[in-house]
Amino acid sequence: MISVSQLSKAYGPVLAVDRISFDVKKGQVVGFLGPNGAGKSTTLRMLTCYLPPTSGGATINGFDIFHQSQQVRENLGYLPENCPLYTEMKVTEYLDFRGRLRKMDRPTRLKRIEYVVERCWLSGVRDRVIGHLSKGYRQRVGLADALLHNPAVLILDEPTVGLDPAQIIETRKLIKGLGGDHTLILSTHILPEVEAVCDRAIVIAGGRIVAQGSPEELRASRRMQARVLIECKGPGEQVKNALQRVSGVGKVEIISPNGDGQADKYITAAVRPKESYDVREEVARTIQQNGWPLREIRLEHATLEEFFVQVTANQAAAPTGGAQ
Amino acid sequence: MNRAPTIARRELSSYFYSPIAYVALTLFLAVSGFFFYQDFQPGQPAGMRTIFQYMIWLLVFIVPVLCMGLLAQEWATGTIETLMTAPLGEADIVIGKFLGALGFFVVLLLPTLVYVVLLKIFGHVDLNTIAAGYLGILLVGSLFVSVGLFCSALTKSQVVAAVSAIAILFLITVVPWLVQSQGASTLSARWRGITDEGVYNQYVDFSKGTVDTGHLIFFLVLTAVFLFITVKVLEARRWK
Repeated sequence: MISVSQLSKAYGPVLAVDRISFDVKKGQVVGFLGPNGAGKSTTLRMLTCYLPPTSGGATINGFDIFHQSQQVRENLGYLPENCPLYTEMKVTEYLDFRGRLRKMDRPTRLKRIEYVVERCWLSGVRDRVIGHLSKGYRQRVGLADALLHNPAVLILDEPTVGLDPAQIIETRKLIKGLGGDHTLILSTHILPEVEAVCDRAIVIAGGRIVAQGSPEELRASRRMQARVLIECKGPGEQVKNALQRVSGVGKVEIISPNGDGQADKYITAAVRPKESYDVREEVARTIQQNGWPLREIRLEHATLEEFFVQVTANQAAAPTGGAQ
Repeated sequence: MNRAPTIARRELSSYFYSPIAYVALTLFLAVSGFFFYQDFQPGQPAGMRTIFQYMIWLLVFIVPVLCMGLLAQEWATGTIETLMTAPLGEADIVIGKFLGALGFFVVLLLPTLVYVVLLKIFGHVDLNTIAAGYLGILLVGSLFVSVGLFCSALTKSQVVAAVSAIAILFLITVVPWLVQSQGASTLSARWRGITDEGVYNQYVDFSKGTVDTGHLIFFLVLTAVFLFITVKVLEARRWK
């Protein structure tokens, strides 16, 4: 459905996107994951024919993004980053305008507007002026616009940015529901989002694809970098040695207060498990046995930045990405 | 290009939500009312010569303000992205915006038709002369709108768009007129030829009731040129 090969974009001397290649099958929901400035938006803008690629190419629904941009754009629904809208228009007025731009005839237009208004939970605000709507509603108006002409391919650039948690959950539900009927690419810098809605994730950093795979594979590799934080009262050196002996524990560090070894102070130790293995129970038991008062024990997932550093480092070591 | 009317309609209706359009409308009516007062005196010929002749100076300032947001605002808010990723070409956008702004310009002119009615009631008026004047002012409006649109395509800032459009219009309208009226006798033939191509010289016959094909073509061609380079600017900005 979407096939990208060696796609690159340079802004002057800066290479924003560096020879990206991937395929998306019909009905798949693919998450484009990366930190800010990774080249996500640039890639999506090239796919939507907004920016011409510097080199390489892509086809959407069999049409070339460069030579058949008109057909590509007819088959595409796009929600740009930050969701730009004409703020002086009313919701249905705006959707009607967009429908006319797409040359939909009146009956189809009215029918589709009804449908997307319903589908994106806009019924309550259909006659409101867009400028008076909250960010969450605006985002839905943008989404409704992208869905209006029932496109085969949907491209959503950070669809949940700026929404409150309840809206994020609703939007994710909506997006998940769209998979199957539509082929969908969405970009995000939130890892759990990909895990929640996508069939497949493409991790991009520094303009390059650094990992690809199913959310499960990503989750597994992320668990690798989790660490267990323990706060207890005990002599630093002894605690460290005791923890080191627990099975499944890799590296142990005393984070604070840098291990000066006073027995009556609370210290914090960080334990990295050897593999994706939960060591919390064992660790708790060991501390209990030694009679050190335990105040807290918690599993800390790697932040996205750590994850990217890790993934990029892995990539350098072994040039094959995840699955596919 | 068949999507231009949709853009034009949206553009025209969006004017009625913008305070600046109402300010322009009010200013235009106040000043043209004052000029009409000069025409509408006992003993004066029943015509609208004064109003047509002076209107052009007013338009040098009003039209750029009306046009400054046409594309600059799209760049600033990012809505241009939604337009460019819909299945329509740059020409659709430019022609649509042009027609929308020209539409509002016609709205600006509509209240002045009251003057025609007043003249008709109180005097013997030559409607052909007045029609020629309206044709002239429409042509000037088209040209000015296309210049304003061009400047608006170049920048994100509406202020920059307005100021640069006023500068261009000043250069092609006010400057040649000033040069000719101040020092016509001292001008060399070459400079006289150049200043003859000023907008005012091309326009003034219309306001007197004469429609000259040469003048007509002058406005149509120049408008088309500005629209064409605006399309090129939009195309080029994609590649930046």
